[in-house]
Amino acid sequence: MGTNKNILGLVFASIHDDTILDLTKHRTMGSVPFGGRYRLIDFPLSNFVNSGITQVGVITKRNYGSLLDHIGSGREWDLASKKGGLHLLPPFSHTSSTIYSGRLDALGNIWSFVEHAPCGYVVLSNCDVVTNIDFRPAIAAHIESGADITAIYAKGYYDQATSTAATIFEVDDKGFVTDIAVDPPMTGECNLGLDMFVMSKDFLRKIVKESMSRNRYSLRRDILLDRNANYKVLGYEHKSYFSKIDSLADYFQANLDLLDTAKRNALFTKSAPIYTNTKDNAPVHFGSDAIIKNSLIADGCMIEGRVENCVLFRGVKVGKNTIIRDSIIMQGGAIGTDGSIRNIIADRNVNISDDRQLTGSKGYPLFIGKGAEI
Amino acid sequence: MYIKKDVVAMLLAGGQGSRLYALTHDMAKPAVPFGGKYRLIDFPLSNCTNSGIDTVGVLTQYQPLVLNDYIGNGQPWDLDKMNGGVHVLPPYETSKGASWYEGTANAIYQNISFVDRYDPEYVVVLGGDHIYKMNYSKMIAFHKAQKADLTIAVLDVPLSEASRMGIMTCNDEMRVTDFTEKPKEPKSTLASMGIYVFTWSKLKKYLIENENANTGSKDFGKDIIPAMLNAGERLYAYTFEGYWKDVGTLDSLWDANMDLLAENEQLDLYDSEWRIYSRHENLPPQFIGPTAKIQRSMISEGSVIHGESENSVIFGGVTIEEGAEVHYSIVMPGTVIKKGAVVKYAIVGENCVIGENARIGEQPENYPNRDEWSIAVVGHNITVGDGKTVAPKAILSESI
Repeated sequence: MGTNKNILGLVFASIHDDTILDLTKHRTMGSVPFGGRYRLIDFPLSNFVNSGITQVGVITKRNYGSLLDHIGSGREWDLASKKGGLHLLPPFSHTSSTIYSGRLDALGNIWSFVEHAPCGYVVLSNCDVVTNIDFRPAIAAHIESGADITAIYAKGYYDQATSTAATIFEVDDKGFVTDIAVDPPMTGECNLGLDMFVMSKDFLRKIVKESMSRNRYSLRRDILLDRNANYKVLGYEHKSYFSKIDSLADYFQANLDLLDTAKRNALFTKSAPIYTNTKDNAPVHFGSDAIIKNSLIADGCMIEGRVENCVLFRGVKVGKNTIIRDSIIMQGGAIGTDGSIRNIIADRNVNISDDRQLTGSKGYPLFIGKGAEI
Repeated sequence: MYIKKDVVAMLLAGGQGSRLYALTHDMAKPAVPFGGKYRLIDFPLSNCTNSGIDTVGVLTQYQPLVLNDYIGNGQPWDLDKMNGGVHVLPPYETSKGASWYEGTANAIYQNISFVDRYDPEYVVVLGGDHIYKMNYSKMIAFHKAQKADLTIAVLDVPLSEASRMGIMTCNDEMRVTDFTEKPKEPKSTLASMGIYVFTWSKLKKYLIENENANTGSKDFGKDIIPAMLNAGERLYAYTFEGYWKDVGTLDSLWDANMDLLAENEQLDLYDSEWRIYSRHENLPPQFIGPTAKIQRSMISEGSVIHGESENSVIFGGVTIEEGAEVHYSIVMPGTVIKKGAVVKYAIVGENCVIGENARIGEQPENYPNRDEWSIAVVGHNITVGDGKTVAPKAILSESI
């Protein structure tokens, strides 16, 4: 893996926080726990690093305590570096910074960072798409095509009834985007935008400066949807597994998707690992009466009961004679004995006493807030 | 410029561990995997960092490649320090020539200049092949309170085991009056754990004298301790209570792993106040498939289990295919157990492939000649072909 010194990666850790308010009440989208031992920002950060992008800025807005704790110096992603490396960019980090509304004014706030980063191109990514993507072919396609913007999309099923923030692309046979719509009234297979973009720094500077002077802030509304601007937008299709998290039900399903071996193998590959903070938990301890089926279990768990179709994060305890099915239990969850639990999402450090019956439904999982005692 | 340290730890990690046979063929004993995600050296290194000792010399000699990689800059144990930290110390050539470490005392002798850089008051000498959690700072405090020259950590062992160990006789104040290596008729049951706190100025003096006397053994137990005792130095025994296991043999290594599965485990690896740290690969959580059967096991990150694991310790990145069975066994990182294979009472090394329907080991009840029974061992990076058998007590060091 060669390094790609000419590229700057920028992650928006707080964009779309409001789509899953339950989970982002105390944290940014980027620090939402996912898949047993990860947080959502691990995916864009690992994707950058695995694509040889070793200078990365993380743009945050509020509630970023857990994000700072998680990322630290960036060492876990090999981004603790004297040249490039990881830069946290909270609001007010630069002289002209204020609280931003969209990606354009967020970029305006930290423009001096982008300006001084030694790069010709910038790759933007949000934290609400779980996927393993190599940006290098997208960057190559962008440069070769002469496009102003390259937007990365993937083919997926779109349903207007459940979608809250989908960008749908129409693409011609040369790959250029001919139409863009947000949450159009339709249902079916289409090209779903993944909110990942490649641009030259010069082009990004131009749109950021112009937008600032006209008090525009939305990359999607003011640049992509603005047909008058007539920018040349290339579509780049990402063909591997992805999951876009726009709601609590999406989040639930994206976690349970990891129980599918093909999807899990597409996400966690040997050649492009997903890196995360390590916690030094001991291996999982399964008791004499434990029964485990079809579950993803992180280190430090102690399981005495029955677990089926679940994702258990680090250090979860499941007591004797408890049956837990189709559920997501985040780090430090403690579930007592003789319980029956189905279709729940338990945020971190939830304590569920003995003999408890908790049931949600598949499309509407029961959410239990951080640190709750039940 | 070095800032003075009160304590420096010296970890003896150069031993071959020949009684672990195939498992130490190409790695030093302290690098041998243990307990699902650790290597033996994690225990003394974690004990050091948890005890507030931030300067550790690791003396390596035999097959150091895996160990060196593993220790790296010491970051997993918080031992990547600007001042202090972990230092790997292999033998080196000087203007007087070059020599291997000839014994435990000689290994420290050859690194006197390393220790002197930190000008410590005390030096803790540790082995790399024991499983235990211990707060060395309490032992150092005891050493200071007794104004001791040497404090030896001791464990009260059953009389039957005393003749295999270094045995201390003490007065009421725990001052050592006699020390005998492997006594035929033990006078006491206080056994040395191979953990020493020395006052550095004293240790240095005796190391130099021992080197000049050229005893041939140059060993702490055989030379340094008897010499200090004879000279009337203040030697004290510090009693340790808790889990401690020497894992120098295949049987004891297997036993110590099985101890982790006990309902009332004495070695609590889940204690967040005294974590055992380790360097590990970035692997996704383990996946337990729909056909898996797991009972009384410890399983680590990155493993994919579709078969059966009963009473076993399964390390990271292990695959147990559907229809494969693992009972009362230890399966080290990266190994694949193919479908239909049965592994019983065995230790399987790192990155092995156990072929379809192969059979490794056997439970003692099923074995006609019990005296000939022992656990089966497959070394590292070995392929056992489809349908092949590895008998109990066999130690496989090449693919079959």
